[in-house]
Amino acid sequence: MSQSDAHSSGQQHPLGVYFKVWALLFVLSIFSYMVDYYHIEGYLRWSLIILFMLLKAGFILTVFMHVAWERMALIYALGIPMLAIFGFIALMTFEGDYTFFTREMYFSP
Amino acid sequence: MTSSTTTENMTGLQSAAADWASDQRTFKNVPWGKAMMWIFLLSDTFIFACFLIGYMALRIGATEPWPASSEIFALSMGGQPVPLLLIAIMTFILITSSGTMVMAVNFGYRKDRKKTALLLLITALLGASFVGMQAFEWTKLIVEEGVRPWSNPFGAAQFGSTFFMITGFHGVHVSVGVLFLLIVGRKVWRGEYDNQTRGFFTSRKGNYEIVETMGLYWHFVDLVWVFIFAFFYLW
Repeated sequence: MSQSDAHSSGQQHPLGVYFKVWALLFVLSIFSYMVDYYHIEGYLRWSLIILFMLLKAGFILTVFMHVAWERMALIYALGIPMLAIFGFIALMTFEGDYTFFTREMYFSP
Repeated sequence: MTSSTTTENMTGLQSAAADWASDQRTFKNVPWGKAMMWIFLLSDTFIFACFLIGYMALRIGATEPWPASSEIFALSMGGQPVPLLLIAIMTFILITSSGTMVMAVNFGYRKDRKKTALLLLITALLGASFVGMQAFEWTKLIVEEGVRPWSNPFGAAQFGSTFFMITGFHGVHVSVGVLFLLIVGRKVWRGEYDNQTRGFFTSRKGNYEIVETMGLYWHFVDLVWVFIFAFFYLW
């Protein structure tokens, strides 16, 4: 591929998209900070924290890192291996529970 | 070239399969430097995922109560403790730096040399101030609160080791990012991507795609902070 081809395929988008996402990231950060500030507890807290976290991560990935405009070959190459992380989370949850259980069984006074 | 023009128009899984099976370069329209950065970031994702999952497993397995992060990381403002104030400021600084970075990429592709260099410099300064605040946070935690990797006065001993490991590794990423932002910014300022000057290290000709590749790394650092903020400070 020639040099000019590489330039024409560069990620060039109108600045307005970036400013909107930028503002949105600020708002979402304020929201997730407010969850802690107003001491929201229980399942509502966890679901709100995770919701704002995933929204922020999603906007950074899709717009700032231009994933939304990439070809599917790259998106699949990045996305599919990351699914392994969920399996790891499940395994280590069991492992952590087991550690806690055995500590309570044998090491509690 | 007929085969490649037909695959250009495909969408979804079909286009992914066509690109991977094309017997040509897989990542079309992506310069090799950018593809390599993405693969590096994928491996880095696994490293940070391992740290955060390790933190999760340790926290589940801890029998002592986990220290209340919103109280430990509080900063007193006029005698009144404000929870997570410093962390909130650090978060906003990193988001702001992501915004200036994305604008640097944009002006880079417009070949606006001066604006790109200036925005890269601002991004580097914001990153440096983030690291400075983190140094302040660590100092406060170690000297005033007595948190150590092996013990702390608040509860479960695992808190210190995971905290220093995760935020330390992230801080190193930010520091390295600042260094490379300054290097890329200097190259942009000197017009090395306009004149196709060969680099001092790789002796390859550069162009403004390098600013975008640099941007991917910087946004990734911001992305990791989103997860650390949620799981470590807010949880």
